[in-house]
Amino acid sequence: MATKSKEVQADASQPENKSRRDFIVVATYAMAGMGAATAAWPLINQMNPAADTLALANIEIDVSKIEVGQSITVKWRGKPVFIRHRTEAEIAEAEAVEAEALRHPETDTDRVENPEYLVVLGICTHLGCVPLGQKVGEVRGEYDGWFCPCHGSHYDSSGRIRKGPAPLNLEVPPYAFTSDNIIRIG
Amino acid sequence: MSATKFSNPVVSWIDHRLPIFSAAEHFASDYPTPKNLNYFWNFGSLAGFTLVVMIVTGITLAMSYTPHVDYAFGSVERIMRDVNHGWLIRYIHMNGASFFFIVVYIHMLRGLYYGSYKAPRELLWIIGVTIFLLMMATAFMGYVLPWGQMSFWGATVITNLFSALPYVGDAITTLLWGGFAVDNPTLNRFFALHYLMPFVIVGVVMLHIVALHRFGSNNPLGIDARGPQDTIPFHPYYTIKDLFGLSVFLCIFAAAVFFFPNFMGHPDNYIPANPLQTPAHIVPEWYFLPFYAILRAVPDKLGGVIAMFGAIAVLFVLPWLDRSPVRSAKFRPIFKIFFWVFVADCLLLGYLGAKPAEGIWVTLSRVGSIWYFAHFLIILPLLSVIETPRPLPQSLSQSVLGGSGAMAGAAAAPKEKA
Repeated sequence: MATKSKEVQADASQPENKSRRDFIVVATYAMAGMGAATAAWPLINQMNPAADTLALANIEIDVSKIEVGQSITVKWRGKPVFIRHRTEAEIAEAEAVEAEALRHPETDTDRVENPEYLVVLGICTHLGCVPLGQKVGEVRGEYDGWFCPCHGSHYDSSGRIRKGPAPLNLEVPPYAFTSDNIIRIG
Repeated sequence: MSATKFSNPVVSWIDHRLPIFSAAEHFASDYPTPKNLNYFWNFGSLAGFTLVVMIVTGITLAMSYTPHVDYAFGSVERIMRDVNHGWLIRYIHMNGASFFFIVVYIHMLRGLYYGSYKAPRELLWIIGVTIFLLMMATAFMGYVLPWGQMSFWGATVITNLFSALPYVGDAITTLLWGGFAVDNPTLNRFFALHYLMPFVIVGVVMLHIVALHRFGSNNPLGIDARGPQDTIPFHPYYTIKDLFGLSVFLCIFAAAVFFFPNFMGHPDNYIPANPLQTPAHIVPEWYFLPFYAILRAVPDKLGGVIAMFGAIAVLFVLPWLDRSPVRSAKFRPIFKIFFWVFVADCLLLGYLGAKPAEGIWVTLSRVGSIWYFAHFLIILPLLSVIETPRPLPQSLSQSVLGGSGAMAGAAAAPKEKA
């Protein structure tokens, strides 16, 4: 409304006084604009996730089969999720780090439900590549976690960014242990 | 031409280098339009609007559609149930096709009634008939995409029309199908072409508009505008009239989309395609029915196909069949009667096209088809010779204002500016 009356005033100050007609013109454009925006919304919104896509948004994983020191990758919402059964050494290493000194300060306990199992999205927070370090023999970077080959980001055994261009720690997806061995992600 | 034409310096700068604003002004504001156009002249811009709606909804539908025999039907159902607003977009696209034909048929009948196809607008008319043909091809291929029973069997019947051609018929149908029956390759290419054709139509529509602007719109009197006193600028006079007509059209269109979305469709198309069983009663979409009736009226395969295509081909040569120098039916008393008989004949053929091909329906189809061709090939050429047209008015202004031409127009001009 504010813009409308402003435009009307601006035009009324011109030599010809035609403010009534201008009001009709502006009101017409405003109505047409609202109509166009209303019509455009369904056409844009159809690109958002469809109901069946949203319905597949959570999965359950049995972690009892993962040996200590082993990692598995599962697909959740089309993205890789890393689940690592950490060794005592890895847990100790992750907990020993001073959180304040990190680029993205988070303590290890904030990032896990159960310290034995680390659950993070396997997507580098820099530009979205999948870091290495899941399979035996792959480069794990300088901090015993993951290493992203695209632009050289190093993550530690808690999935926190320690070196390289990535701005944030590997994201922890929403998950919960529904029993001792079952994780429900999503 | 002159950089000072526009007060906005940015517009002026651009227009000096790329005269898009001058072109827009030439096509809208400067364009002199007869002052006596009635509401039948709304249907050209309505058709253009519908084309844009079809392209926009079509592109968004294509984002969720899968052109594969195993997934096409399911992907359309997914659009209806799961995709956000998918039901709305699909119903707009589906009913939009029907409304596109309604609008275009009225547009064409307008041209027939007021003699818009006559010199110097023959090419304008021919380009229009070309658009109509392209629309039919596009609509047909679009109807195949949901891969329901009517899609599949419609595709089978229409592609089989080409098998009627001597010698090359089988080779052509095999080529169209990409196999030995309507199958996945057919669906794939129909999707590709269905996506392409609307843009071809846009191109031809531009030619249509350029040809229109060469001599300007015809008008209900069918006489030429003699000067500025007979015309008004397209903008704002006809833009606002077109917009008013558009809002009325949108009310009706929205009513169909929201309350009767399947009224003009066939329930059989909600059954997934089954290449092993033809539905008991197969009919094309309503807008093809008159031509379908002509096809079935001829008891010979090749003859039927020739008659059906001939029904459209005859429109191309219409400017040379109707030789009467008077354009508007207003001044052609006998033509006027035959025009309405022709409209009734088209409606009858449309009705017959939906009836089973047996008994009285076939006989009536034959009468209707013969009349259709007789109208163009016998009645119109004959009327050009025997009909005595009523006297034409001196000018558009005289007819509009009841005064004496130029004088009345000159007097009216300042009034319009106030």
